[in-house]
Amino acid sequence: MSTLEARVPVPPWMLPQVHAAHPPSPDDPSPLDIDTALVERWLVEFLRDEVRRRRGFEHVVVGLSGGVDSSLTAALCARALGSDAVHGFLLPYRTSSAQSREHALLVADALGIETRTIDITAAVDGYLERFEPEAGGHRLGNVAARTRMIVLFDQAFKLQGLPVGTGNKSERLLGYYTWHADDSPPINPLGDLFKTQVWALARAVGVPAEIVDKPATADLIRDQTDEGDLGISYPEADLILHHLLGGRSPERLAEAGFDPDRVRIVTDRLERTHWKRHLPTVAMLSATAIGEWYLRPVDY
Amino acid sequence: MTLDLGIAQFKPSKGDLDGTLASVVEMLARAGDGDPAPHMVVFPEAALTGYFLEGGVRERALSADELFERLSAGYAEAAERPVEVALGFYELDAGHVYNSALYARLGPDSTLVHVHRKVFLPTYGVFQEERFVESGAGLEAFDTAAGRAAILICEDAFHAISGTLAALDGAELILVLSASPARGATPGTGVPDNLARWDLIGSGLAAEHGVFVAVAQLVGFEGGKGFAGGSAAYSPRGERLVAGPLWEEAMIPVRLDLSEIRQARTEEPLFADLERSWTRLLVNSPGSGVGRPRPEAS
Repeated sequence: MSTLEARVPVPPWMLPQVHAAHPPSPDDPSPLDIDTALVERWLVEFLRDEVRRRRGFEHVVVGLSGGVDSSLTAALCARALGSDAVHGFLLPYRTSSAQSREHALLVADALGIETRTIDITAAVDGYLERFEPEAGGHRLGNVAARTRMIVLFDQAFKLQGLPVGTGNKSERLLGYYTWHADDSPPINPLGDLFKTQVWALARAVGVPAEIVDKPATADLIRDQTDEGDLGISYPEADLILHHLLGGRSPERLAEAGFDPDRVRIVTDRLERTHWKRHLPTVAMLSATAIGEWYLRPVDY
Repeated sequence: MTLDLGIAQFKPSKGDLDGTLASVVEMLARAGDGDPAPHMVVFPEAALTGYFLEGGVRERALSADELFERLSAGYAEAAERPVEVALGFYELDAGHVYNSALYARLGPDSTLVHVHRKVFLPTYGVFQEERFVESGAGLEAFDTAAGRAAILICEDAFHAISGTLAALDGAELILVLSASPARGATPGTGVPDNLARWDLIGSGLAAEHGVFVAVAQLVGFEGGKGFAGGSAAYSPRGERLVAGPLWEEAMIPVRLDLSEIRQARTEEPLFADLERSWTRLLVNSPGSGVGRPRPEAS
């Protein structure tokens, strides 16, 4: 049952007063607070409905990086569908850290889900070392991310399962992911949660503390961290993103005490990456162009 | 007099009109086995197809007469007990598509009683209704076996004028059919923020006019957008009488003691004040557009 009780006068505090109570302030992160029990159930029901009821799959495949996003995703999938329905894949490259593997196995063990390790080094190096030996870390990261998706989708086909994405709202808004790689699985439970909200939910559902508390990293390059790459911490970026998406201008945030340089880091990334949050741009030639005129929802 | 009402918190099979209609009939027939069995059952907005159809409304809309024929024929095969039902669907009429709800009597004396076409079409944020359906022209109450009622569909109920017009037309029971995508998880209430807002709307609508209000919410996910359930009913004093579960289909029974309407309206005669002042208010308030013209902007 919901927490709405019967036979009671409806109290005025039922209406969340987010805007009235929270004018923007860099010292007030409370607008990012979530009811973790509510969100956990919400996402469990989302996974049940979207995987089984709408798409008719019994199994899911999840790439386990040892980070908090994939650990939380696996935990939610296990709760929604049962441990036996979740297939975890460790997809290391030769530079991936040993700790990533330990953490991926730790969470899989805690959830009771089976795992398989498929080392992608030969596939990645088979292309890069032979044909593009000069490619730098950025290109290596993209090739590794896309190779992981090739493996994940192929394993999903083999297992008759559905790949589940693990990207969060912060990295989606900051464009901090590889296009048509991390974002390609057909469903994603975390994509509307900021990273700080992912941390809160992960703690609430019991993802081990060493995974939640370690610095976030794409683990594409040695000693890389998300926050080092971005030049801003997730708590700072998330709060700025929250207010920007809520319609507050960068000038308004500066007046409220946010560091204009920090705001600029966020707005620059946000505005440079709108394209990344869309499907490819198709030249429209007719009044039946798909997605422009011919409009049908994904589950129709 | 009492009315046993069933609020059908319902999960359609998206786009599968035949399968969903069969589920509606099955839920109605099963409700008849309940104790007490409801005299009236209210389903949510777009219950027949799911809410987010985009251009697909053209393919899934049907006339109120056709829906009534199919519904009454299906029910006749499944059950004999008379029941009245409100059901949301996309309506096709003379080439026009509406977001509508029918109210019908099923059983031996099967009759299509009323069709309401949603007036206020949300077209902002996640909502795109005005792209795909047309707006209803007006709002009127109708007679049920348990007195006079009116139907509002989702945003209709967000506008106080809708409840006012329904009450002035004699409605003592307002059925609100909703498909409200869940959003916001602010700590404190245990329900998505939109349901907390619905709680205020349902309670306020009931207390303002001294009427019963039943809010039937859709449940299930459509392309990532979750309908959380949380249907509810409110007394003429604005008390919440019953609350449905979150995320699950449910037939939520609630017994309405219709004598409470008189008691509430006597204790706090807001509705009598409205009846007395309504016409004078319209004529003398430039904002109504009825009587005195608006003053010219200087």
